[in-house]
Amino acid sequence: MMSFTDGDARNGSGRWYELFSRGTRDWLRHNEKVRQAVRDHLPELVAGSDVLSDARDRTVKVPVRFMEHYRFRLRDPDEQQGAGQGDAKPGDVLRPARPVSGSDPAGGEGEGQVSFVLEFQIDDILDWLWEDLQLPNLQPREGSSVEEDAYVREGWDKRGARSRLDRRRTMREAVKRRGAQPDSQVPIGNDDLRFRQLARRRKPTTNAVVFFVLDVSSSMDEHCRKLAKTFFFWALQGIRRQYTSVETVFVAHTVGAWEFDEEQFFQVRGEGGTKSSTGFAKAREILDERYDPAQYNCYLFYATDGHNFSEDRAAATETVRRLLPDMNFAGYAEVSQQAHRHMDTEVAAIWQRLAADDFPVGSYTLTSDSDIWPAIKAFFTDQAERSGVA
Amino acid sequence: MNRLADHIPRIEALARDQGLDFFPVDFELVPASFMMEVAVYGLPVRMPHWSFGVRWVYQMIQHRMGHSRIFEVVFPGNPNHAYLVDTNSLEENTLVVAHVLGHADFSRNNLTFARSQEQVGYHIVEQAAAHAHRIAEAIERHGAARVERVLDVALALEPHIDSDQPFNRVPYRAHARQPDERPADEFGERYARLPGTAAPELEDADKPLHIPPHPERDLLWFIAQYAPEMADWERDIFLAVRKESWYFQPVFNCQIMNEGWASYWHSRLLREADFLPSQFYVDCMKTHSDVVSPHASDHQVALRINPYHLGYVMWERLIEARGLAEARELMRTEDDFGFIRNYLTPEIAEDLDLFVYSASREGAVRVTDANIDELRETILAPKFNFGAPRVVVEDLAADGSLTLRHQHREDGRGLDAERARYVLEYIDRIWRRPVRLITVDGRGAETSLTTAAA
Repeated sequence: MMSFTDGDARNGSGRWYELFSRGTRDWLRHNEKVRQAVRDHLPELVAGSDVLSDARDRTVKVPVRFMEHYRFRLRDPDEQQGAGQGDAKPGDVLRPARPVSGSDPAGGEGEGQVSFVLEFQIDDILDWLWEDLQLPNLQPREGSSVEEDAYVREGWDKRGARSRLDRRRTMREAVKRRGAQPDSQVPIGNDDLRFRQLARRRKPTTNAVVFFVLDVSSSMDEHCRKLAKTFFFWALQGIRRQYTSVETVFVAHTVGAWEFDEEQFFQVRGEGGTKSSTGFAKAREILDERYDPAQYNCYLFYATDGHNFSEDRAAATETVRRLLPDMNFAGYAEVSQQAHRHMDTEVAAIWQRLAADDFPVGSYTLTSDSDIWPAIKAFFTDQAERSGVA
Repeated sequence: MNRLADHIPRIEALARDQGLDFFPVDFELVPASFMMEVAVYGLPVRMPHWSFGVRWVYQMIQHRMGHSRIFEVVFPGNPNHAYLVDTNSLEENTLVVAHVLGHADFSRNNLTFARSQEQVGYHIVEQAAAHAHRIAEAIERHGAARVERVLDVALALEPHIDSDQPFNRVPYRAHARQPDERPADEFGERYARLPGTAAPELEDADKPLHIPPHPERDLLWFIAQYAPEMADWERDIFLAVRKESWYFQPVFNCQIMNEGWASYWHSRLLREADFLPSQFYVDCMKTHSDVVSPHASDHQVALRINPYHLGYVMWERLIEARGLAEARELMRTEDDFGFIRNYLTPEIAEDLDLFVYSASREGAVRVTDANIDELRETILAPKFNFGAPRVVVEDLAADGSLTLRHQHREDGRGLDAERARYVLEYIDRIWRRPVRLITVDGRGAETSLTTAAA
């Protein structure tokens, strides 16, 4: 009447639970939900500059907590009674009070407290953000799209290179033919073969070049550069969404300006004062040398703490004005430590005049991580409106 | 070769000789990974839900750290289904077989189990698999998100059943009972023949009765029965969760007794199993002392009590003092509440070094000077009302809005408001009319919670 089943006794025929783990299935579903929850708070989470450390893998890592499936529960009492076992007598203190600061209260343990790290694709994040923030798409300038030759698949032919044989199509033809000729002994004949055709077509592409100009003078501390870097990063990701090919130019300046590659760009530290004009002049020089404004959508982002030598004012205004006619848009990010600073710096004044003269420009103040997304959003909105006017 | 298969019938015969009385048991050797899932889901095949995934990962972490080891899981029924880990030693699994027979005896004879099984049937393992299958079909038809929305509510309310009521309940009467509707049984007939004037007509007999007519504790049943806009497949899921919950409750309510009983019997059966070589017996007993021991070793202190150990010692003393026949009668009629209140004596508490402690919000833990009643109630406190606060349906208004009330006097304090709001949000998605919950705040003042969104 008792029955006994042993895995070995089944001649190796696998049982369902060796092929399928419900725990894994439900755990993956949990992670999916966490991703959804993270997605809902994405702007706050990804603004933390540290998430960018793996930008080259095109992923970011976000620490998250396990989700809690809520149930009715009593509130935590001031004194929780429990039953224990061991060598203890009334009055014994088994554990001293924890220092109040920092740690969670006694009731804080439980499933909500363990954290783990989720990895997100930057491309996914961008799609979500654009959806959530309802950001407009960038407007390429008219006439900036270039016709290029591209080969596209187009139809089938009975002749062609062997490498372009379409097997599925060929089988279908063979089946059709055999249906029509039931007596045929030939499984696949020459007439059944189908080859993919390629055709040359003119295809419009859109290119963009983005100039990042960063003030690296001594007044730009670590905090400011981090903000600038994060802002640049997400602005660039946003532009990349829009254009077939995006090139980047990184220019750092103090009282002189130099071009860097991306990696060095954020490491570089300068000494001494600030002449914004040198950065703009360098950008102009590179633009003239390498990029035909008729073929490129050009963007410029400038990040600085706003302090510029006053004797550079005329030169800075002049250089940036020479640059702007070729730019789709020029964004100015003023980075600083102070929380409530108005845009009353040298550079801010230049940008205000540019805006007054109806150039496609925008200014953003960044003092903490939470300013990043509003700034990014403002940039894309400004740009769309400007283009709408133009 | 496979000596476990040889041991099973001999241990079974021994158990019957000792008076154990159980339905047949299907033993199955399974991998540890499957065992872990069974422990997490509570049933071999059960409906999918993300919260099980979280518990499963916790169990994995515990297991990897060596804190948790599962020896057996047995599902009462006719037949019982017992799972043993295939990587455990023959000695361990032999002990487990004896342990399982103890459980099988308990679940057939204990009245809490017997009543529950009479109501939900003797095939919960198969039924849970059928539930899982139906839910998989619902996912196919209605999409994972909609099914999950129902399971979020139903599983959150899992402990909110009322097993004092019959399992198969009928809806409340719509109207007050007329005097002449007295049941036509013998008493009714004699009552009708009593001299005296005719009973007055009920004036408002046609007025609908308030719903619910009494505070309703079975939230799963009530929602499935009265939700204004619930689809049939959604009700079906609620009733599936309720049935499984009905089945789990005796296990929860009798844990100390049941584990103690099984531990007593595995120890006694192996001791009397003279067909086992003596070294084999010694190895079995090593496993016994690992399982049935206080969480704290000598001169250490643990802030919880091992139910196996407590139950085992209590049964050993009871059988010694009162004999097996009387102990079996107690096993039949008690649950943990009666067992602990009536038979956890001051002597046992002292011998086992049991104590009550008090933990402050700041984390200080102090041993209190508790008497035996306080100790008993502290052990039992987490077991009241299936381990959940007592929340009842108070009112279903004409417009379909629902009022729940937390019976805070029985629980001693109010609900965790934040969590309660989230649960209301779950309920809201299925009730589809306004829902509110009355409880008390930190100062004891009545407060009405609504969903976080409202």
